[in-house]
Amino acid sequence: MSAPKETEQHGETRRDFMAILAGAFGAIGGAFAVWPMINSLNPAKDTLALSTIEVDLSQIQKGQSKTVMWQGKPVFIRHRTEEEITEAREVDVQSLTDKQSDEDRVQKPEWLVAVGVCTHLGCIPQGQKQTDNHGDYDGWFCPCHGSHYDTSGRIRKGPAPKNLAVPPYEFLNDTTIKIG
Amino acid sequence: MGSGPREEFDNPVVEWIDSRMPIFTMLQKEYGVFPTPKNFNWFWNFGAIAMFMLMTMIVTGIFLAMHYTANTELAFDSVERITRDVNGGWLLRNIHMNGASFFFIAVYIHIFRGMYYGSYKRPRELLWILGVVIFLLMMATAFIGYVLPWGQMSLWGATVITNLFSAIPFVGEDIRTLLWGGFAVDNPTLTRFFALHYLLPFVIFAVVFLHVWALHVTGSNNPLGIDVKGPQDTLPFNPYYTMKDIFGLILFIIVYAFFVFYAPDSLGHPDNYTPANPLVTPPHIVPEWYFLPFYAILRAITFNFNIYMLAGVALLAVFMVEFIWRHSPKYLGKSAGIALLVIGGALALFGLLAGFNQHWTIPFTDMPIPLTSAETSPISAKLGGVLAMFGSIGLLVILPWLDNHPIRSARFRPLFRIFVIVFTFSVFVLGYAGSQPADRVYWSTCIGDAQACEVLAHGAGHGAAAHHEADAGAEPLVLKFDNTMLAQAFTGVYFLFFLIILPLLSRFEKGRELPTSIHEAVLAKKQKAGA
Repeated sequence: MSAPKETEQHGETRRDFMAILAGAFGAIGGAFAVWPMINSLNPAKDTLALSTIEVDLSQIQKGQSKTVMWQGKPVFIRHRTEEEITEAREVDVQSLTDKQSDEDRVQKPEWLVAVGVCTHLGCIPQGQKQTDNHGDYDGWFCPCHGSHYDTSGRIRKGPAPKNLAVPPYEFLNDTTIKIG
Repeated sequence: MGSGPREEFDNPVVEWIDSRMPIFTMLQKEYGVFPTPKNFNWFWNFGAIAMFMLMTMIVTGIFLAMHYTANTELAFDSVERITRDVNGGWLLRNIHMNGASFFFIAVYIHIFRGMYYGSYKRPRELLWILGVVIFLLMMATAFIGYVLPWGQMSLWGATVITNLFSAIPFVGEDIRTLLWGGFAVDNPTLTRFFALHYLLPFVIFAVVFLHVWALHVTGSNNPLGIDVKGPQDTLPFNPYYTMKDIFGLILFIIVYAFFVFYAPDSLGHPDNYTPANPLVTPPHIVPEWYFLPFYAILRAITFNFNIYMLAGVALLAVFMVEFIWRHSPKYLGKSAGIALLVIGGALALFGLLAGFNQHWTIPFTDMPIPLTSAETSPISAKLGGVLAMFGSIGLLVILPWLDNHPIRSARFRPLFRIFVIVFTFSVFVLGYAGSQPADRVYWSTCIGDAQACEVLAHGAGHGAAAHHEADAGAEPLVLKFDNTMLAQAFTGVYFLFFLIILPLLSRFEKGRELPTSIHEAVLAKKQKAGA
């Protein structure tokens, strides 16, 4: 495009300004038009509606575990023995990778509730069954890349950066919890 | 495309169309008489072969999609139904799933050809970059496609790879949720992956069009790597290279057909014939073979990138750009260069060693070395692995600038030739490392108290008890070489090739004398063969 001679001396013209303004509004409008499509990929309402479950604990004997599905992920519920509780509480918190005391991770000492997804790359650790490999710390062991979790679900050895997540839950009564 | 003077066609229908839209004139120009260097070897077949594989994948894929159901409850069974009940479904599926592998074989050879003969160099940089874009799109498409049968490897491969995105600072978790459409890889993930798996091949097709367009502007490179000087150096594309491409394609299809008919599952993983189960992870998750080198690089980064390492690498990068890449320094003097090299090298080495040895302390105290822990390192091991994996492909994008040696073909660069072969070898070793469990030990020895060694060797199975015992005694020294170390060593070779070797060779390699023209080189070879 060739601009009139006198405007060339000024460098910028009203026309340049209007072109930039129109371009900027076009870009903003485009972003608004794209957003509904991106947002449609976020969790849908029915997916979000599945985000709480109730679990009956009365069937789980001391020393046993149960796996329930919550938000498409397994949640480990463990009825811990006295030894397991003691083992979890005797550890020096400062020596841990992800520093968290056992008291901060449970509401009642005998019940450990944790999301059963390894915090490394999302595999399911073993240790829910008596015969499983429980790792070096009597909790869970992730076979994918060798992360060891203790009886409080805390990372003790291996590549995982964090402890097994504790989901939000509450005791509805002595033998029922609501997760989510 | 197309306007301007035009020769008339004899066929009246062709002429009627061509005078309105000169598509036949275009085809005649680009694929009929298109001047092509006359010294191509068989490596130049693989572009056409890759194009054939893309078409094969699109055609078989469309028919498979007519029988497939993208739902976690039904997907696995619908794929089994294709194999067992749909007429000829077994054939369509075998062509498609082995086609992915053979598409990658063709493309990997095509990429090797480009590297060995310097096809990425000026003026073909954009052509090369479009090729890397195609490669990335292919990887995304293949990864997503492997999820669709909804077997164990589908689910857990998808889980591991989508979890990589959570390593991105601040927005990582949100991006992961956005990819999943939920809180785990589940039905919403499967449906969107199917939609994308149908879309992406057409995006690839569009970029292939741009790739070929760019090729037809610059013309093809050739095994000598020298420019075409005139008509005596070229042959018309048809019939010379249409015939050669078809012949090469037939040989390729024979090998491909062998796998389709006689070993259709040999390139896949048996675990993917177990329906996906979100409660059980297979003990050893491996991606498809064509991703293994990159998977090995991902897993090789088991250490945090601490501040010393990053500072040292930054100083070394300044040195490389100023003193090696720029041929004559522009901003810095000789003493500054030596300082950069020494301080940068020392910092990088110290940072790397401290990153590997987290238990190191400041001498004569028991204080850990500051700023080397996971929390104080700017890049965690997990993020570092992701960056290294994507970086390994990102390096291909800037390859034309990392290697700015004026000679293209490795035939006339004896040193480059050696290193490009070493590099190719390292990619194969990385592929092997990616296929093996991370903790596989190739060699180990124990130095020290025999009893303590015994505990270490046999204590692993006894869990916590053995662990405490080992701690009590004098600790023996265990030397071992495991799979992670193998992957780390060859990840080093991979990155050194691009970042150190290529700039150094560009600066210092002399190279052999180039022939004056393609025509003369071809004649000289013919005379030699005749004598």
